[in-house]
Amino acid sequence: MASSGAGYDLSASTFSPDGRIFQVEYASKAVENAGTVIGIKASNGIVLGVSKPLLHKMVVPSTCSYKRIHSVDEHAGIASTGFLPDARQLVGRAIDEAANWEDQYGVKVPPEVLADRLGYFMHYYTLSGGLRPFGASCVIGAYDQDTKQYKLHMVEPNGSAASYYGVATGKGKQAAKTELEKLNLHKEPCTVDEAVKHIAKILTMLHQENKDNEGKPLEMELSWICEASKYKHVGVPKARIAEVTAWVQEQLEEEDDDEEEAMEE
Amino acid sequence: MTTEVSMMHSAESQNLKDGEVSTGTTIIAIPFQGGVVVGADSRTSTGSYVAVRTSDKIACLSDHIYACRSGSAADTQALTDYIRYYLQQLKIETGRPARVKSAAHLLQKLVYQNKDNLSAGMIVAGWDPVEGPAIYSIALGGTCLKVPFAFSGSGSLYITGLLDSEFRENMTKEEARTLVKKALAHAMARDGSSGGIIRTVAITAEGNDRDYTSQLPYGPVSY
Repeated sequence: MASSGAGYDLSASTFSPDGRIFQVEYASKAVENAGTVIGIKASNGIVLGVSKPLLHKMVVPSTCSYKRIHSVDEHAGIASTGFLPDARQLVGRAIDEAANWEDQYGVKVPPEVLADRLGYFMHYYTLSGGLRPFGASCVIGAYDQDTKQYKLHMVEPNGSAASYYGVATGKGKQAAKTELEKLNLHKEPCTVDEAVKHIAKILTMLHQENKDNEGKPLEMELSWICEASKYKHVGVPKARIAEVTAWVQEQLEEEDDDEEEAMEE
Repeated sequence: MTTEVSMMHSAESQNLKDGEVSTGTTIIAIPFQGGVVVGADSRTSTGSYVAVRTSDKIACLSDHIYACRSGSAADTQALTDYIRYYLQQLKIETGRPARVKSAAHLLQKLVYQNKDNLSAGMIVAGWDPVEGPAIYSIALGGTCLKVPFAFSGSGSLYITGLLDSEFRENMTKEEARTLVKKALAHAMARDGSSGGIIRTVAITAEGNDRDYTSQLPYGPVSY
């Protein structure tokens, strides 16, 4: 699928003859090579998860340094991937949009509006000759206080935003999407507790399947919005993450054993 | 925290420009089960001259949100025009009807940021799918208060006792409307800047019901 830009890829304000803007596509490449992000909209909440494999032992393994999931407002959070400094800029913009909305209208920004505004902003950077597109995608999880509904959106480097039942982006997005589709979230939503398990399992599987990660620990960032978090966007409690990590290990060992049995037969 | 009440007795004390008209007024909003009744008198005065006897001080801001205007007619018309525009844009962007809270908040911002140049006391009342009936009172300096019922304008002083005594929660639409008319009639009897006809609008989820009457339930002549 890699085609040569052949001179049409020098600026974001140039279309190619087959109607593509190469600079924007290259920006998406930055996302495709970065850590996996998964979001699930459950019946009673939203869960966002980011795979943060620890690259070398000198990095302090805590979420404070190079945090990947940020709260945009009490009721909304963004998990981002791609070129991390670009992602941080986008989060900053989202925070401003949310704060301005509340200042103007006295209510929390509705999730769809936040996603649209961020998309609008990202799209602007694909139009101007002097600017480059953002090399990051944002997965937005939010709770709409007025309609009492949870919403999951993703905004991509080209500026398009859409609402999802389940979404994955980053390096492992193909495999993650396959797993998400098996869950049938669009027919029957899972609960928030199940969603945490699903995301943890998929992220761990993807990490382990990659031979390069042999021996490197996976650090996951998980956040949620649900009744247990008082409808606010917060990190999933450490105790819960520990439980789920243990559960995932069991599950994967069982599946390995099942596979081995199947092969022996 | 004090809510300023304007004593509108003369053009000078109201900070009106020469020739500017005032809606020295009585305006009121009373909730009922499933909605709000807003009411106003219809006198627009320039000093002691009644410029318009049958003016409409009840402005529609959106499908289910109305504002009652008191103070400078020019200022309040300009403000309601802005809010109507903002609420239209808000509906397009969010795809849902605006909340009464948002309308009141927008108006508060405008009044507070321009308090030196404005003379406007308004009541924003209506119904939205999130909260149901809601009433907000926005005073001269930009104070915005959510209240169970509201009354404002120069004539409102004379009916404070009446309303405190007669207001009940969970009235029916007709009971609320009757109370609105009664209170307005009493205010119009005592306040020189309030008079004319009584206009009312009953706002509910299903729709709005606008009416007026020149038969005041209380006045110098009993019909």
